[in-house]
Amino acid sequence: MDLIARWRKLDERYLYLALTILAVLFPWLVRSVRWTQVANFFFVYALLGLSLNIIVGYAGLFQLGHAAFYAVGAYTTAILSSRYNIPTFWLLPVAGLVSAVFAILISRPILHLRGDYLCIVTIGFGEIVRISLRNDASSLVFLSKIPGLQFLEEKLTGLVITGGPNGIFGINRPGILGFTFRQQWHYFYLFLAFVALTIFAMRRLENSRLGRAWTCVREDELAAEAMGIDTVRVKLLAFAIGAAWAGVAGNLYASWVTVIAPESFSFWESVIMFCIVVLGGTGSIPGVLVGTVGMIVLPEILREVLLNIQQWRMLIFGAAMISMMVFRPEGLWPSQRFRRELEAGD
Amino acid sequence: MGQLLQQLINGLTIGSFYALIALGYTMVYGVLKLINFAHGDMFMLGAYLGLVTLMGFVVNLGMAGLPFLILIFLIVMAVVAGVGIVLERVAYRPLYRAGRLPPVISALGAAIFIQNGVMLLYGARYRTYPEEFKVIIPDTIWEIAGARISLIQIVMLVIAALLMVGLYSFVQYTRVGTAMRAVALDHDTARLMGIDVYGIIRVVFLIGPALGAAGGIMVGLYYGRIYFTLGWGYGIKAFTAAILGGIGNIPGAMIGGLILGVIEALATGFVSDAWKNAIAFFVLVLILIIRPTGLLGERVVEKL
Repeated sequence: MDLIARWRKLDERYLYLALTILAVLFPWLVRSVRWTQVANFFFVYALLGLSLNIIVGYAGLFQLGHAAFYAVGAYTTAILSSRYNIPTFWLLPVAGLVSAVFAILISRPILHLRGDYLCIVTIGFGEIVRISLRNDASSLVFLSKIPGLQFLEEKLTGLVITGGPNGIFGINRPGILGFTFRQQWHYFYLFLAFVALTIFAMRRLENSRLGRAWTCVREDELAAEAMGIDTVRVKLLAFAIGAAWAGVAGNLYASWVTVIAPESFSFWESVIMFCIVVLGGTGSIPGVLVGTVGMIVLPEILREVLLNIQQWRMLIFGAAMISMMVFRPEGLWPSQRFRRELEAGD
Repeated sequence: MGQLLQQLINGLTIGSFYALIALGYTMVYGVLKLINFAHGDMFMLGAYLGLVTLMGFVVNLGMAGLPFLILIFLIVMAVVAGVGIVLERVAYRPLYRAGRLPPVISALGAAIFIQNGVMLLYGARYRTYPEEFKVIIPDTIWEIAGARISLIQIVMLVIAALLMVGLYSFVQYTRVGTAMRAVALDHDTARLMGIDVYGIIRVVFLIGPALGAAGGIMVGLYYGRIYFTLGWGYGIKAFTAAILGGIGNIPGAMIGGLILGVIEALATGFVSDAWKNAIAFFVLVLILIIRPTGLLGERVVEKL
């Protein structure tokens, strides 16, 4: 812990520089496809964690259904790419935009809910999205029983949009200037670039007018409103920007694995993203990265370490989650501001 | 008409399970303002321990009869209540002053721990409740107005009703129950009135998991098949029920559970089984848009 405290005192720029150099050299250092793949998972979840951090960390909204936005981005990419053969890079902004619009549509009516009520509603939306993807359009055929809607029957029967439980395969690999991303290490650099870009954008966002408004809303909504902050607009923007980024992560994920299925976007995924944000230190960018290591890389390391007691892996993981919170409730790498809030508020 | 009645009966049966589990969520929330995500897994643990004791008493020792069924319920409820106390001590008590989010993560960690512990002990495949318990509850079915109601459904409804009435009177009419309501209102004032707040929280972590465990045995008896991830699905449903009724409110959790069960059964019967969960959540969202604190929840101002 002392080490972390000393690290934090260093200028963060040096830290990021060191991390960047280490990251650029990573594929050469490990020379293992498997660990490069783990690193790619780390990047995807880091992006998701950073996007959820806007909603949970900055704006303080209790959101446990982030997988829904991730799914919307991934499925938008998958459907347009596999059907209309649109290059996946072009779909990057589309995925983000569709996710953001979706987020605005569903979050507008529920923004007035208090913390834990918001939590269950976001869980609910997450589940509704997953179930809809699983059931596909053809299962809506029951609607044709309603008088006046009979014409739907022939339109819906056999209609395939999301591919049901099997999902969608044949998503195009991304390419740029004639180069196509194929190997794990190709994606490694692509994802690294996106994570770096995101961290840069988040740091700018944190101290922007909007970022300060989020902090204000999180700390005291009434006071924020009294100061002239349009709290509804600010919260909506948190949802929209967070969702857009999750949609981008979904696009990258879909173009990487080229096969997606509804079960990749279950409640469990939302739980992982939520844990990434809180374990690392709510509202802190380095915290999200540390939290991603804890939630994504640690289970893989445990897989290597626990050769003979493999089945104990998740048991140890659960116990580790409890003890991390018990011994470091503010998270592994908390933001200074959040720590002060914890100490001040009861 | 017959089908409507049938779905109502099925819905009330499932709803009574949801209600029992929801009580655990709502009580913990009442005193701690914590969503105890490990509660669904306490319920699952109850289902497995119910299977084990049922195997022991009815199959191996050949003991049948209602008293033994009651005994099985009491043993399992006591054991799971014990687990609840340990959980509170280890995972939650150190975090009472740490804000809202850390205890949630701790609860999620506990859920993963219990789930995988049960998987290690009893295997990853589903387990079936022994047929022998039918000696106690035979497969009798009555027909009323075109709907079928089985003896096991009636037994389930009676057990659930007894437990809920018991809990309600405990909370309303005993000293400890009054103290519990006081703690739910305001920790500091309750402490000034001489109430042992931590003691009361411990009582809550005794009763909540015990009720959840009873729900677990009932689900096991009713469906006959249990698996180690059972807690997730039922947990979310029960939490939904608690929110629907207004979280922190005990009659709210009961009503929320029953309503959720009926919505699900009606969705299964009249719309489509594949969409029943989506419809249940959709109704929840609609109700919360109209009544932001649930059906029986009090209007609360976020900050004053």
